Amino acid sequence: MESTVTYKSDLNLKATELRLGLPGADDSDNEKPTTPVAVRNNKRPFSELSDESKSVSDAKDGDRETAPVAKVQVVGWPPIRSYRKNSFQSKKIETEGAGIYVKVSMDGAPYLRKIDLKLYKGYPELLKALEEMFKFTIGEYSEREGYNGSEYEPTYEDKDGDWMLVGDVPWDMFISSCKRLRIMKGSEARGLDCA
Amino acid sequence: MSEDEDRTVDLDGVSGGGAGFNHEASSSKTSCCPSPSPDRVLEIVLENVLLFLTSRRDRSAVSLVCKSWYRAEALTRSELFIGNCYAVSPRRAIERFQKVRSLVLKGMPRFADFSLVPPNWGAHFLPWVSAMATGYPWLEKVYLKRMSVTDDDLNLLAKSFPGFKELVLVCCEGFGTSGLAAVARECRQLRVLDLIDDEVMDDEVDWISCFPETGTCLESLVFDCVEFHVNFGALELLVARSPSLRRLKLNRHVPLGELLRLMVRAPRLTHLGTGSFSLSEHPAQEEQEAASLAAAFAACKSLICLSGFRDIVPDYLPTIHPVCAKLTSLNLSYANINAEQLKSVIYHCHKLQTLWVLDSVCDEGLQAVAATCKELHELRVFPMDAREDGQAFVSEVGLLAISEGCRKLRSILYFCQKMTNDAVVAMSQNCPELVVFRLCIMGRHRPDHVTGEPMDIGFGAIVMNCKKLTRLAVSGLLTDKAFSYIGKYGKLVRTLSVAFAGNTDMALRYVLEGCPKLLKLEIRDSPFGDTALLSGLHHYYNMRFLWMSSCKLSLGGCKEVARRMPQLVVELIREPEEEDIVDDVVEKLYMYRSLEGCRLDAPSFVTIL
Repeated sequence: MESTVTYKSDLNLKATELRLGLPGADDSDNEKPTTPVAVRNNKRPFSELSDESKSVSDAKDGDRETAPVAKVQVVGWPPIRSYRKNSFQSKKIETEGAGIYVKVSMDGAPYLRKIDLKLYKGYPELLKALEEMFKFTIGEYSEREGYNGSEYEPTYEDKDGDWMLVGDVPWDMFISSCKRLRIMKGSEARGLDCA
Repeated sequence: MSEDEDRTVDLDGVSGGGAGFNHEASSSKTSCCPSPSPDRVLEIVLENVLLFLTSRRDRSAVSLVCKSWYRAEALTRSELFIGNCYAVSPRRAIERFQKVRSLVLKGMPRFADFSLVPPNWGAHFLPWVSAMATGYPWLEKVYLKRMSVTDDDLNLLAKSFPGFKELVLVCCEGFGTSGLAAVARECRQLRVLDLIDDEVMDDEVDWISCFPETGTCLESLVFDCVEFHVNFGALELLVARSPSLRRLKLNRHVPLGELLRLMVRAPRLTHLGTGSFSLSEHPAQEEQEAASLAAAFAACKSLICLSGFRDIVPDYLPTIHPVCAKLTSLNLSYANINAEQLKSVIYHCHKLQTLWVLDSVCDEGLQAVAATCKELHELRVFPMDAREDGQAFVSEVGLLAISEGCRKLRSILYFCQKMTNDAVVAMSQNCPELVVFRLCIMGRHRPDHVTGEPMDIGFGAIVMNCKKLTRLAVSGLLTDKAFSYIGKYGKLVRTLSVAFAGNTDMALRYVLEGCPKLLKLEIRDSPFGDTALLSGLHHYYNMRFLWMSSCKLSLGGCKEVARRMPQLVVELIREPEEEDIVDDVVEKLYMYRSLEGCRLDAPSFVTIL
């Protein structure tokens, strides 16, 4: 697959790159990585830690203390089981950080891709991105007939495990129930229309 | 629901009790011989008396009296508790205790829950289940915590114990639906199948359909941790043919409509996990579902424990009103609800003893709890935003309110971003019944946000005033002083969790020298070195384990401990990518007493000294 795809924003491979530096050190959008960087504490002298604590202890300013200097995310802190942490991925207070990543497969393609549904505002953008990613065209959508004018149809698996045609439900409902996407080809695709 | 069950010392028998067995003593019903000797009579009497003795601590004491008491106790112990699966081998346990019907087995250290132990570290169930398959054919109950359990293990378990009744797996992993199917299918007497916080793999086997078709003895079915769909139709049929079912906890893939159908079939439930609790996607049906829901709850006259609410639409929380007055346990820790929404139900929950919530309810919500739940024993407040620099919605205000309203509080777990010594001191004074105090100030090294002082005084007051305290977890900015208080006053403390705290080795020394009952000590990212480690040599054989990670330990210090304490297993755990120990620095130390010496199943990233 060629990598000339363009989304609304970059794939941001840098965020997932493993490195030992502070996250956000060379990142312009100040996005915290979703997986914490494992810190090798034996390499950090303890004087560094106490310096940090001094920067935090400016507590005299009343309720809202100044946000501490961007700290390295430490593995396993705070001590919450990952199961519980992950339960609130899609329920973050301010929608920053975690996206809604779903796998995308296309019939005939050798491997899958992953996209972040949160990057798109609606179906047109999503479909365009899919077209560019897999180098194909999707037909015109109509409620009655599904997608016309192409041998491909975008489908998705919802929370109940059923395969649905992309576009039938409101966008917000779609992104909260979509578990994965599959671009169906040929006669199988037709079958969904007639259902 | 409580995770804190260790109330007594475990049995390991490090004191190394008597030698072999007198097999004549194994049967209290001697058949052919003439009237038994006086000694034998005494033993028979003792065995019969000991049948009534259930407490672990008492049994341990009995076994130390003399050889014949040791034997009698060993023959009558039916419940075996192994706090560390590596402390004793299955063979040794089975040789000593021959009539065991129930096993409790714990494996990995607790910090494994927070990704501090690499995968495949150990704690395999296989050697235990294999040994018990021949050693305890009448085994009825197995309770595992933090063990690695495979489908094959479950298969073996299912086939080996015809009278098997209860399987409880907590924080376990390595198994999936095929293993569960085997248990469902083969264990015809199964009463309890509880999966709590496990990682269950989806082999796409419909295990719910595998239970006996004619009817089951099921009393409890808990699977709220299972992250994929189960066959709902089969579940409904299962509930219909399980007349003894009293505890049912569904996973988040069971929507409201299905929950309703199950509740109708099982009105005598005492414990219900409600699944997603999210409404149908068809707005037209919502009102009808809400009404049906209220009616269903009204029909559940025996309900005392509610949980679930995974994807709750808060407006519909009030449908649980009919059961609130009787509720003793409520788990809303996955429900993103605010103070008002909590109030709509909590004001009816006068009998509540256990409450788990999210900090989304804010200090105001906790104030409502304090005003109503006078019988509260256990409170857990979890953070919505579980990052150390994240937003938190509760503070010292909530803690103070709880302390003033819930005087009978025994156990608290409280996550926050800011706290004051005053509030913690107040809690120590208002809640003298506290047994478990776990405060997690999520930002590292945070002081009292009003005075700027370390949190030493607060935790000091807790150990000083809460005379029954056995479990303590500390956080925030703490100096050695805090630990001196713990060493001085924490005479009953058995479990201590320390993170990012203390200044010097003295802190750890205070604890090791001052806390005679210390059993489990887990420390991370604190500046304690070899001197501190060596100051505890007098005590380590009395402990179940010591965990120290990202401290200041060196290879030399750990080797010294291993040299001087031959019955301690000293494990150094590396990251799996690392070839060998770097720079003489010990990143993770896990050490525990054991009768068996070095374990043979250690992976390559573990070095045992």
